[in-house]
Amino acid sequence: MDALTDLLNGFATAAHPTNLLYAFVGVLLGTAIGVLPGIGPAMTIALLLPLTYSLEPTQAFIMFAGIYYGGMYGGSTTSILLNTPGESASVITAIEGNRMARAGRGAAALATAAIGSFVAGTIGTLCLALLAPQVVKLAIKMGAPDYFAVMVLAFIAVTTVLGSSKVRGLAALAIGLLIGLIGIDPTSGQQRLTLGIPELADGIDVVVVAVALFAVGEAMWIAAHLRRTPVEIIGVGAARMNRNDWRRSWKPWLRGTAIGFPFGAVPAGGAEIPTFLSYVTEKKLTKHPEEFGKGAIEGVAGPEATNNASAAGGLVPLLTLGIPTTATAAVMLGAFQGYGIQPGPRLLETQPELVWGLVASLFIGNAILLALNLPLAPMWAKLLRIPRPYLYAGILFFASIGAYAANLSTFDLWLLLVLGALGFGMRRFGLPVVPAIIGIILGPTAEEQMRRALQISDGQLSGLYNTWFSKAVYVVILLVVVVPPIVGRLRTPKKTNEPQHAEKGE
Amino acid sequence: MSTPSASTTRGPSTQGRSELGVALLLLVLGGWAVGDALRLPDVQARGPVDAKTIPLAVGALLILTALLLAVDVLRGGRGEQEAGEDVDLGHGSDWKTLGLLTAAFVANILLIDRLGWPVSGAVLFFGTTYALGSRHPVRNAIISIALSVGTWYLFNLALGIALPVGILKGIL
Repeated sequence: MDALTDLLNGFATAAHPTNLLYAFVGVLLGTAIGVLPGIGPAMTIALLLPLTYSLEPTQAFIMFAGIYYGGMYGGSTTSILLNTPGESASVITAIEGNRMARAGRGAAALATAAIGSFVAGTIGTLCLALLAPQVVKLAIKMGAPDYFAVMVLAFIAVTTVLGSSKVRGLAALAIGLLIGLIGIDPTSGQQRLTLGIPELADGIDVVVVAVALFAVGEAMWIAAHLRRTPVEIIGVGAARMNRNDWRRSWKPWLRGTAIGFPFGAVPAGGAEIPTFLSYVTEKKLTKHPEEFGKGAIEGVAGPEATNNASAAGGLVPLLTLGIPTTATAAVMLGAFQGYGIQPGPRLLETQPELVWGLVASLFIGNAILLALNLPLAPMWAKLLRIPRPYLYAGILFFASIGAYAANLSTFDLWLLLVLGALGFGMRRFGLPVVPAIIGIILGPTAEEQMRRALQISDGQLSGLYNTWFSKAVYVVILLVVVVPPIVGRLRTPKKTNEPQHAEKGE
Repeated sequence: MSTPSASTTRGPSTQGRSELGVALLLLVLGGWAVGDALRLPDVQARGPVDAKTIPLAVGALLILTALLLAVDVLRGGRGEQEAGEDVDLGHGSDWKTLGLLTAAFVANILLIDRLGWPVSGAVLFFGTTYALGSRHPVRNAIISIALSVGTWYLFNLALGIALPVGILKGIL
């Protein structure tokens, strides 16, 4: 078992005391920042990125592993106690979790989320370790047309799955692709869309874009609509479950893992669909259907496990193909690129220490997370009471340091303001942010692969679909585009009619 | 026309007009991409794809989404404003808060190289808390200075990133 030997070597790297410390600090900071309302895992990573600038890549990614899981767990704590999901993947957790907390069962909800995350994260990471080398074997054979097809799939999936309006998703993607084009074209050396500004010739730093769209845009949006009445926060003791909770949780954890990992590993989706699937499954299988909608523990255990398993699964396309499927993975890819590392099939060969150190740290981070979060739940709950002016001032403060520290240039701060205003506008007009981020990060690579494919085929357009793999992917893309509207039309003719009747009646 | 998805106190017609503004912006961005691409000189490229192709395609996509969005808005479609626990969509955007916040942000950009991060960062934090309605000047000033000086030390000593020290050179 090659993968296991490599993984053991990874543990040897990760278990070095300094590296353990980085993992611990990562989990602690990730959870602390991730718990703050309105801050999802992607924003957590983007805001904490500057802390890793001075580290070696391996150590930086070990710390990242901690931040990654910490940020995700922090997000679910927030959605359970405050009903304010930091990321769309936690929306489902919030449904039952917040009801449980309101019914005085917050401790059990937090515990099943923490233990479920641990179980799913551990199994998911194991699957990642076993699957990644296999995918790499396949990926090495993949040519430019195959890569391009997979990227098109990622673009289509992220725009059609997220948000309520496909037009607005597409608009967000187009804006992202446009921002991604800014800078010198690597193939021909010509400046594109730089407006003659020398700082733009190198392109826009991914960290600056991510921090601007997520953090600054969010802070501006909330500042303009700040709720002046204090928010209701539910107090909670240390997270723990009784025997009955365990009995009702363990199956949903495992089912959630089984649902989440494959969805995460396929470069087409993110965690929204699988968490929803898990919720529906648990609702159907439960022996306590009457509790659903009033705080059923299965409704927290399943989706939380799904969320974490799909996050682990999402690392498969990120590490082996260099294709991110979620905002969090996109920010991580940006961080990789910041170190001059291009994730892809060669990464496991060229940087085995880094990859396996990262994977091993995911296991370690997961364990630290569990040990830390069960007793510390009341402390995290207190963080939710931070006065809102300090919270959003803090976000802007740290966003500014992060953007400035990347290049020590005030130009990036102006960029932060302009793109933050864009993020504000996108929130105002219902344009989802994630397709824009994916477009910015994946756009340039997609262009490169497309041009390479067409160079190989000497300009023949068939060069884009002349392999069986790319053909298969285009069929999948067609299905993703065509099937949901047809299913929707078959299923909801009544629903669309009812509101219209109601309006006429008014 | 009713707007079931959007909930603002402003009338649907004003809302629709600003939504059409988004379509206009997309159109302008698309035009920019196309115009910029056409200005690029021809460079020998093998095959049909050179540095212009993708900008032209993205520009076309932007123009297409602008048209689709305009059609959607004219047929009554509205963007769903982002909700959240701290967000109160019952009133329109509070431009005064946003203006003060932006002023604090710009102050930091203008001051950071002249006065240094310990001063400009404190101005940023203090200004933002004031903009967001916190009225404890003494407490906020202490927190602001502690944060900016603390992060300066953290970045310069622990992380090795030289944030500008500015006028406090020799003191810190």
